[in-house]
Amino acid sequence: MLARVTGGIALAVAVLLGLVLMLLVRESWPVLVGGGWTRFFVGDGWFPSSGQFNLLAMLWATLAASLGALLIAVPLGVLSAVFSRFYSPGWLIMPLRRVMVLLAGIPSVVYGLWGLTVLVPLIAGWEPPGASLLSAILILALMILPTIALTSEAALAAVATSNLQGAAALGLSRKGIVLGVALPAARVGILSGALLATMRTLGETMAVLMVAGNVVQTPASLFDPVRVLTANIALEMPYATGDHRAALFASGVLLMLIVTVLAWLAGCVGARSNA
Amino acid sequence: MMHDTKKLLSCAVLPTSYTLSDIEQGAACCVPIPHIQVENLSVSYHGKSVLEGVSLDINKGCITALIGPSGCGKTSFLSTLNRLTDLIPGCHMQGRIHIDGADVTDPRLDVLALRRKVGMIFQKPNPFPLSIRRNIEMPLREHGLSQRSAIDERVERALRDVGLWEEVRDRLDAPALALSGGQQQRLCIARALALEPSILLMDEPCSALDPIASAVVEELIQRLRNRYTVVIVTHNLAQARRVANYAAFFWMTEHVGKLIEFGRCQSLFDSPSHDLTAAYVTGISG
Repeated sequence: MLARVTGGIALAVAVLLGLVLMLLVRESWPVLVGGGWTRFFVGDGWFPSSGQFNLLAMLWATLAASLGALLIAVPLGVLSAVFSRFYSPGWLIMPLRRVMVLLAGIPSVVYGLWGLTVLVPLIAGWEPPGASLLSAILILALMILPTIALTSEAALAAVATSNLQGAAALGLSRKGIVLGVALPAARVGILSGALLATMRTLGETMAVLMVAGNVVQTPASLFDPVRVLTANIALEMPYATGDHRAALFASGVLLMLIVTVLAWLAGCVGARSNA
Repeated sequence: MMHDTKKLLSCAVLPTSYTLSDIEQGAACCVPIPHIQVENLSVSYHGKSVLEGVSLDINKGCITALIGPSGCGKTSFLSTLNRLTDLIPGCHMQGRIHIDGADVTDPRLDVLALRRKVGMIFQKPNPFPLSIRRNIEMPLREHGLSQRSAIDERVERALRDVGLWEEVRDRLDAPALALSGGQQQRLCIARALALEPSILLMDEPCSALDPIASAVVEELIQRLRNRYTVVIVTHNLAQARRVANYAAFFWMTEHVGKLIEFGRCQSLFDSPSHDLTAAYVTGISG
């Protein structure tokens, strides 16, 4: 009975995913066939009204924002996890974890509000206009930090006590145990957490839309306003028609492709850990 | 008399060039030169006493077996010798332990240096989830060895000492967890030996291994005699009899572990002076 119910649900989810993919492809079909897929990567830029659909600038912005956020959030998240596993006094561990869970649950639009009213003016005071790649990076970093901290902590908690004991018995200092044994042993879990967080940074729409400035351009500096792929879809979908609409669907396909590759990578990492 | 003097000399001055292939079989070779001196040691967890009033001298270069039923404090005793008890919340030890003149119970003691000198092997092999080479190299680097050639040399020597070199020389960078249980345990011993300890603590090192692997590790332990002071917890009385020069019998009285009898392995097994010892060694072995 349970096998049937769960099997049915699993099948339904798979079918749903297939339907979403089919919809994306079907809706983007006219522009894919009409001009070929290369038109998304060549041309003067994103000028939908004159049939120019070069997504590269927004793709770079998306990747730059994700990478930047990871560069900040992964070290901080891992350090926070190391602190709570190995250095924190006992009474602090639970409150710290609760705060992280809470942070992970804050809706992205709330992060966006904060970014818009606090972060953007702050950056504007440093280097106008404020709404920029940097603010997108910082907001995304803040959003994925708790996820990375929690997954890293879980990965560190899963390191066998016998390994930690063995390391201590070899006269390793606490730092030595963390760097020599705990982190290497937890690397797969930490990496999967980071990949999960990467997917979130790629897909995040609202918070980035609110702080990034949304100018379609390849960012030349951290202070340039940028538009990411997801924000572009959200901004233009309400009025897009014809090829323009199809191009937005095509950028959805592109996002899904990137996320699929990441999910596949995460699977490889997981498989390696079982080997 | 002549013979005894010669023996005394050969044991008092432990030759540095001693090779593992020299296997010293038979009875205790060493004259009593205490390496570890334990005086009135007690251990408690969260105020509950598990071991009380243990005093004994463990002799240099000898193998001392700790025997007795489960839960009588043997492992707790072992863990005090390298202060691994520090890691157990609520664990408290009292009494004095001297190793090479230093008081192990002193809170100001450099515990990391102590643990480098007093290696420990656990019941379940616990190689790190790293490569075979990194398992030995990482602790060496931690203890300040950074020269590539010196590290490689130590890795090879340690693996040769445990008879693992020929088996793994072609796959030093393969994951240690891919080794068999017996190989893993020998790697753990190699990892400890690479730090050049003078004492090795072994907590039932063979009990998680199959009989053949167990025999290999046991043979290895016998070859460690004279080069290292070995303290081994074992539930296998036949093994204790085969490998040990000295034996200490622990027993639980009124829920507290106590040392009942300590002496030459042979005399403890063949002519125990305490009734409990007699009952235990005959009851289980017979």
